[in-house]
Amino acid sequence: MTAYDIFIAPMMDYGFMRRALVACLCLALGSGPIGVFLMMRRMSLMGDALSHAVLPGAAIGYLVAGSLSLTAMGLGGLIAGLSVAVLAGIVSRFTNLAEDASFASFYLTSLALGVLIVSLRGSNIDLLHVLFGTILAIDEEALIQIGLITSLTLLVIAAIYRPLVAECFDPGFLKAVGGRGPLYHYIFLLMVVLNLVASFQALGTLMAVGLMMLPAATAQLWARTLSTMLLIAFGSALVSGYVGLIASYHLELASGPTIIMTAACLYGCSILVAPSGIMRRFFPLPHLKG
Amino acid sequence: MRTPAVSLSNLTVTYDRHPAVHHVNGQIAEGSLTAIAGPNGAGKSTLLKAIIGELRPAEGRIEHGLRRTEIGYLPQAAEINRRFPISVLDTVLLGTWKNTGAFGGVSGKDRADAMHALQAVGLQGFERRSIGSLSAGQFQRVLFARLLVQDAKVILLDEPFTAIDARTTRDLLEIVRNWHGEGRTVVAVLHDFEQVRQHFPETLLIARELIAWGPTIEVMSVANLSRARAMAERWDENAAVCEDAA
Repeated sequence: MTAYDIFIAPMMDYGFMRRALVACLCLALGSGPIGVFLMMRRMSLMGDALSHAVLPGAAIGYLVAGSLSLTAMGLGGLIAGLSVAVLAGIVSRFTNLAEDASFASFYLTSLALGVLIVSLRGSNIDLLHVLFGTILAIDEEALIQIGLITSLTLLVIAAIYRPLVAECFDPGFLKAVGGRGPLYHYIFLLMVVLNLVASFQALGTLMAVGLMMLPAATAQLWARTLSTMLLIAFGSALVSGYVGLIASYHLELASGPTIIMTAACLYGCSILVAPSGIMRRFFPLPHLKG
Repeated sequence: MRTPAVSLSNLTVTYDRHPAVHHVNGQIAEGSLTAIAGPNGAGKSTLLKAIIGELRPAEGRIEHGLRRTEIGYLPQAAEINRRFPISVLDTVLLGTWKNTGAFGGVSGKDRADAMHALQAVGLQGFERRSIGSLSAGQFQRVLFARLLVQDAKVILLDEPFTAIDARTTRDLLEIVRNWHGEGRTVVAVLHDFEQVRQHFPETLLIARELIAWGPTIEVMSVANLSRARAMAERWDENAAVCEDAA
């Protein structure tokens, strides 16, 4: 078997592999940076909570459209995800519950509701698709939707970059200069939900967060500045997507989990060998002069 | 009477209905250099947060007629995420918010101002360092550089010298004196009574309510200080409604 057979041929031979690859590229571009900001805002688990929150909306969309229609499920997921984000924000603002606590209660409710709705009509196969995604079944309509969301995400992050950084780094300062921190917080949450909706057909609601958080965690181990962190997150998400697809093809494994496992391997290796990793503890480099 | 930069009338800020500060009246004169002193839990930081608008008064009013960007505010060190991967120069450049806003570009003059401010706090050559690699004293210098760039009329400092080495404290106090010399209004929350007596002509002594406000020598009397200590220790879980409440 030549390198061509291993790395290129699957993409040349099958349209569904090409579409899956393009989907991975788009998802990596959007989810990588989003994951980095989630981590920087110490909201890593919030992404997880939101991904569960998307489920009942997607399930209702699925029931209404009667099939795995991406538009209906995407729209439903978007509405459900945003409602949970806003409701949790309101509850934490007006009660003494911390935001993560109110998020937890809302997403658990959503998850239960979502599974309940799917089980009302769909078969177990459908439930599996919603939970774990079907990246090899992505069609043109889905690709366009993913591409649009990715483009919008990149434009919005570029536009609100400064207030977003200020809000992560020193929210008190942003407030003092009248910087409308909560507005950017909600715009950012909107982007998180949009990206979860984009990746949920590919990876499923439960694993969509994997392509956000694992590359972001990998990037944090390597990079010292925010811009390199964003680039590394994108790069490692992209590599995970490509290698995961190829591996799942040759080893006949489910694609979504293989992609996330690849991202996890990159993260695991980084924990060992990155500058702030474990190996440096055992094999320290001599210290510098100044 | 000097013109007030900030006036407080019957100011009351509460947490869970318990007053952090209540019924504070008085004026911070324009161009004055005022220390806010008092025991732990006296409501010193609360007072500053109310002035910048982060906390909403339960009763009473704060008037200053300034735009948000005309007030420079130094939060307590613990409120900033120091592990965030941002460079020293970018941190100082946040001080140009008045010119750039959320979306505007950083001009050459903004950049020059930032470099100049870094020089003034003794951190030239540190522009590209990430803030995670700085010591507590160096980081406080960076925040002062940001305040210099902000060029604010009123500057509020929340415990600016806590856990800071003596040399940095001396350098930063010099900057505070310069601000005072330039006619800016400076208010600082301080713990160290010696520092208050030496460097701050006026003092506001609080212990959840105003004990005394005026020239430091008069305010920091033994009688006032022991009164402040006694007041601060009175926290009653089952307190009745304050008789002065509206």
